[in-house]
Amino acid sequence: MKSWDAIVIGAGHNGLVNACYLQRAGLDVLVLEKNDWIGGAATSRSLTPGFLYSNCSYVCSLFRPEIMRDLELPRFGLQVISYEGGAVFTRDGDYLANYRDHHAHRREFARFSPRDAEAYDRYARDVTRQCRFIQPLLMRTAADPTSFRPRDISELMYLGKKFAGLGATEMADTLRFWTMSISDFLDEYFETDVIKANFALSGIIGTALGPMSPGTAYVLLHHYMGEVDGSVGAWGYARGGMGAVTKALAASFEASGGTIRTGVEVDHVLVRNGSAKGVVLVDGKEIHGKMVVSNADVKRTFLKLVEEKELPGIFLRRVRNFKMRGSSGKVNIALDSMPEFPALPKDSPVYRGDMHFTDSVERMERGYDDWKAGRWSADPFLDMVIPTTLDPTMAPPGKHFMSCFVQYCPPKVEGKEWTDADRDAFGETVISQIADYSPGFRDRILHMEVRTPRELEAEVGLTEGNIFQGELTFDQLLFNRPVPGYAQYRSPVGGLYMCGSSTHPGGGVMGAPGRNAAAEILRDLSRGTKHMSPAHDVI
Amino acid sequence: MTSFDAIVIGGGHNGLVAAATLGKTGRKVLVLEAERETGGAARTEEFAPGFRTSSVAHLINRLHPEVIKSLELHKHGLKLDSSRFMPTTVLSAKGAPLTLAGAYGESLAGASKPEQEAWNGLRSQLFRYAGILKPLLARRPPDLRGMSFAETSAMAMSGISLRRLGKEDMRDFLRMLLMNVADVLDEHLEDDRLKGLLAFDATLGSHLGPRSPTSLLGLYYRLAGEIGGKPGAQMHPVGGTGAVIKAIELAAEQAGVAIRSNVPVARIIIENGRAVGALLESGEEIRAKTVVSAISPRTTFLNLVGTREIDTGFVRRINNIRVDGDAAKLHLALDRIPQFSDLGAPELNGRLVIAPSVNHVERAFNPSKYGEFSPEPVMEITLPSLLDPSLAPDRKCTLSAIVQYAPYALREGWTAGKPKFLKAILAQLEANAPGIGKSILHAELLTPLDIEQRYRMPGGHWHHGELQADQMLMSRPVFGAEGYDTPVDGLYLASSGSHPGGGVSGVPGLNAARRIIARKG
Amino acid sequence: MKHSDPKKLLMARAASQDHFRTPRIASPFQPRIEALMRTEEWYDWAGYKAPLSLWDEELEYFAIRSQAALFDISPMVKYRVEGPDAEAFLNRLSLRDVRKLRPGRVLYTAWCDDEGRVLDDGTLFRLTKNRFRLCSQERHLPWLLDSGIGFDVSIFEETRAIAALALQGPASFAVLRDAGFRNVDTLKVFDLAEFEHEGGTVTISRTGFTGDLGYELFVDQALALGLWDRLWQAGQQRGLRAIGYAALNRARLEAGLIVANSDFMTAEHAIRSDRVRMPDEIGLGFMIDMEKPHFNGRRAIQRARANGGLRHVLVGLEIEGNIPAEHAIVYHQGKREVGLVSAAIWSPMAKRNIALASLERPYGDTITGNLWVEIYAMRELRYQRLMKRAKVVPRPFIKLDRRTANPPADF
Repeated sequence: MKSWDAIVIGAGHNGLVNACYLQRAGLDVLVLEKNDWIGGAATSRSLTPGFLYSNCSYVCSLFRPEIMRDLELPRFGLQVISYEGGAVFTRDGDYLANYRDHHAHRREFARFSPRDAEAYDRYARDVTRQCRFIQPLLMRTAADPTSFRPRDISELMYLGKKFAGLGATEMADTLRFWTMSISDFLDEYFETDVIKANFALSGIIGTALGPMSPGTAYVLLHHYMGEVDGSVGAWGYARGGMGAVTKALAASFEASGGTIRTGVEVDHVLVRNGSAKGVVLVDGKEIHGKMVVSNADVKRTFLKLVEEKELPGIFLRRVRNFKMRGSSGKVNIALDSMPEFPALPKDSPVYRGDMHFTDSVERMERGYDDWKAGRWSADPFLDMVIPTTLDPTMAPPGKHFMSCFVQYCPPKVEGKEWTDADRDAFGETVISQIADYSPGFRDRILHMEVRTPRELEAEVGLTEGNIFQGELTFDQLLFNRPVPGYAQYRSPVGGLYMCGSSTHPGGGVMGAPGRNAAAEILRDLSRGTKHMSPAHDVI
Repeated sequence: MTSFDAIVIGGGHNGLVAAATLGKTGRKVLVLEAERETGGAARTEEFAPGFRTSSVAHLINRLHPEVIKSLELHKHGLKLDSSRFMPTTVLSAKGAPLTLAGAYGESLAGASKPEQEAWNGLRSQLFRYAGILKPLLARRPPDLRGMSFAETSAMAMSGISLRRLGKEDMRDFLRMLLMNVADVLDEHLEDDRLKGLLAFDATLGSHLGPRSPTSLLGLYYRLAGEIGGKPGAQMHPVGGTGAVIKAIELAAEQAGVAIRSNVPVARIIIENGRAVGALLESGEEIRAKTVVSAISPRTTFLNLVGTREIDTGFVRRINNIRVDGDAAKLHLALDRIPQFSDLGAPELNGRLVIAPSVNHVERAFNPSKYGEFSPEPVMEITLPSLLDPSLAPDRKCTLSAIVQYAPYALREGWTAGKPKFLKAILAQLEANAPGIGKSILHAELLTPLDIEQRYRMPGGHWHHGELQADQMLMSRPVFGAEGYDTPVDGLYLASSGSHPGGGVSGVPGLNAARRIIARKG
Repeated sequence: MKHSDPKKLLMARAASQDHFRTPRIASPFQPRIEALMRTEEWYDWAGYKAPLSLWDEELEYFAIRSQAALFDISPMVKYRVEGPDAEAFLNRLSLRDVRKLRPGRVLYTAWCDDEGRVLDDGTLFRLTKNRFRLCSQERHLPWLLDSGIGFDVSIFEETRAIAALALQGPASFAVLRDAGFRNVDTLKVFDLAEFEHEGGTVTISRTGFTGDLGYELFVDQALALGLWDRLWQAGQQRGLRAIGYAALNRARLEAGLIVANSDFMTAEHAIRSDRVRMPDEIGLGFMIDMEKPHFNGRRAIQRARANGGLRHVLVGLEIEGNIPAEHAIVYHQGKREVGLVSAAIWSPMAKRNIALASLERPYGDTITGNLWVEIYAMRELRYQRLMKRAKVVPRPFIKLDRRTANPPADF
């Protein structure tokens, strides 16, 4: 019976990135995917004739350019188109737009506050500083501060030196920044509600925190660190939806000789004498491999795919304590025609970007209060895009696809499992918010896909529907992600590795966990990593 | 014109500690107190005929041993009787109460066996971790300026003495440090009452809910304090908190410190960028080599120093200090001892907490974010006259409670809001002590706005600024004034607004004085 | 959503929100500049569409030095500072002693953050006792407003409301006089006065950015075109030319004047904390008045001066040969890297190869000998590397008596 060099469980973007790097290092790699389609949460499926949806993930910004280069994703068909703008609609019928042009942006802000318009430069400077400090950490394995291994110590020294290089005032600012709420942070720069709301949204997307929760300023960075073709912080559409990313990864993987099997569900990891030797499928078949890499989240991996007896108690305790409460939902809509937003000029670039309806930090925070109480937000925060304004391949001519990321949406409804009726009511909340700003919106709807954490868990396999495979709070970042002592992609089981977003540096379609895991695996195999181009310089 | 070595502005406990410590070195020190009497928010006052109470601070739980020792407070009348440790009882309107006895729940009454065991485990873990932070809360915060990275990290390492922990403990410590208290409690405990209490204690005096990240720090802060040699313990000193003030004041006077009351300072006199004295509201000018401000850092810089003598970036930082308080203080004069379920004397002599669950505390917190008070407030209640009969007329009783959440900037304004909030509080009390409403002779509710006005604390915040991670250590009160010295030569800070923060600890005052002595100020 | 009269509301808003259609603002003088524009060489000056050159960069430069040149400075950021505490506010804000600035006078000054790092340099016009105009390269409204805490002062931005022109060159006085601005001859250098124009007023100061005889004119934007025409008409006999920034940049370099975010990084824009500069490090140390009341950055500046915290120095260099050394690295003894040239030209006026450079002390400060610049001159797809000797020389590189002569000469 064949024994693969490596078996990757899950064909999400990180699993595929990991598999690509391993295959290109000369390993014989098999990727197993339980669904009939690949991509995990980065997938494009056609749920109604002629339309392609970005079913879960909908924005391409964080994906590391180094990985695109190494894996030749443009050659395998990946095209990313940048947003041209964005806006927050206000309840009084106006909107605040974000434009790419710096001066247009400033003048737009000046409509609301001349002071805020000019405060933007300092804000952008300070956020950029923080990003520059953090960004190099994305593509490095997090050092273990409790270890005395030379590698960890030198990594810690590197961090220390970088930190000391900031200068005293910037050091103090950085220390504050890390624990501040995005709301408090913004209060130090801006005076206008809608302008604060405009920036606050990046502090909460995907997190189970409100904008007034300490630590959300850091989450902002997590969303700003992306770059599209060298433009740092840019967000964009993948042509053909987010499935195009994993499609290109799969093509790259297969072109280098890798094998993907879909519709194959792993029941558990085969462990012999403390080492992973392969997997056992739900149908009882065994597939043998010299190592197993799990793209599944840390809870699914160790609470479902590995037998309890194979794991130390302290590790299990920490895995159980890992927080991954889902906080968002998704509503995908096929539209018969382009929706109208009377507030917005017809030629506005905002249509080709992301739109929001939450014009104050307070509304956002109240939405979070609902989530804490186990309900979906009555007045949710939407991140709405119409990708077909830039990528007509996703809908028949003249028709449009709209993607709404919705926050907050709890993993359970007041402690009970979601029902279909709950899901429909949740979808209705979203539609009614959009319809408030877009007359006739309902009449344009051809088909709708409503996804709550229940659907995300059932289809994609994300425990509790958490899109980042684990909340992005301090206790779950860097050397604590996913659990202290096992934050370097290895696990207590020999030959069993983790490569999903549960690991450092976390979620978003970034690819860094998959790549970092591959680097650690190849290190363990004493294999070269020449096919991995070095992380981009931040100078 | 008289001249002093040091003027201390503000006769609160920190001001007095600073003054006494400086006085002991032979310096000629003058304390200027704006009010009739010293003590600030820790003084004991009459709030109804014959009824007295400790004003804002009604318990002692962190008066620092070094302060007690170096000022020999025992010699000056401070009586800390470890038999007077107060137990804490979590009230439950529906079920049985739960009591944490000893210093801080050494034993647990009213909980299931497994819960007691779980609590013992968590309790020792919390104390162990709080103990790591303890040295950091006693000394001057690390200096980011004059230090190489190696020194800073060495200091941080030794400071938090992480190495004493085993590897796994160290990992848990690092993971938990900035967590929210609710998640930590859920990882260990089942009992809603116990979790409610711990959530309450973690968030008391701060604008955080138990589910806010970093809220565990509040609990560490509490457990890093000690009294009578017991970390986490609390007591009501004989004579109220005012008695502690009296003892410090006596120590100061014995050290030759002059104390003047009823002398509000109008301005700190600055010449060529150096603080050289104080101008009183009366117009009197007093000169000194060193000026110590033991009042709010915000007032110090924006009002007494004035923006003309400091830089814009610094003014920005000062303005950005979040100082709005969320805690109100309730004083009730009762014509009899209230009945809280069927609690006996030991429990009634202790601390009674209304915080039935973590979710309840969190729900109480929610409205405060939007400038609304909690419709079902949480609170810490004491009945001081049971411990010290001199505080109330015979057979009568005083009730003193800290109540959350009462945002300083109430959207509807406190004039309209105060009666409503009082009603909400009394409803909670009534639910836990049926009949208490009828026994009220007089009720005094101090909202943060009242506290601001009465005790000259901007925002009515007893820490002189939120004690949250981003306002701690070198960010307390702001970077640039974090080590008690300030951009203005000769001007030092010594209030709770400075590291490590509030509570009647005396540490800011002690550290400020030591800094002045070290710099020969 | 509530709309009182949705249609009307939307129309009013539509008018104010077309930034995405016109990302570059047109100056009030745009119709005249467009009419004269031949080369279509534009650049972005603080969000304005501004001419780099209009017809011939070389000839535009000579218009400054030999005739008269008209340069649109409307994009310059302008703030109005008013109130009983305006003087005290500006004195705390900036380095120089504003108490010594009389109404009707202009001051070149700079301002710093708490760390003594320069936020910008600019000109301060004292219009009356309690009314000032502050002009600068960058925008500073939040800093100015926050600096106003505790002062009875109001601050607002008036960049778009006020149009401004620089009229520079030997014939500039004659053009103004011929345009009918009576008594303009009484203006001494750094004086300002108000003059009548089309029922309004124009503020004329004897200031400029060329080191030459010259004036700057400020007027309500509604009166802008009339002012241009008035000058243009009067200037026909004097060879008045409209010019772009390229020509002006040469003149300013000859005059040894620095430009924010070109010759030094301003404190609010530098991302890298080691790129910022204190006044003493960019040749603005002369502005620092330690005798006046407290000002922003004073303590940091004092500390840096006392503790050797000044790491850089900005110097004027004269470089052998005639190849401009822009962005060349400066070496000591041809080996040790000691700094960078921020701007350089062959000076047609001084007939010297001049440059501004930022050097690491002690180079340029106590060690001024044996400096070299490494010029990479791209010539037909090949870098020709030239190692040229550089000499630290005083600024300005040219000194023209006509700039300060009283009364101004009638060229």
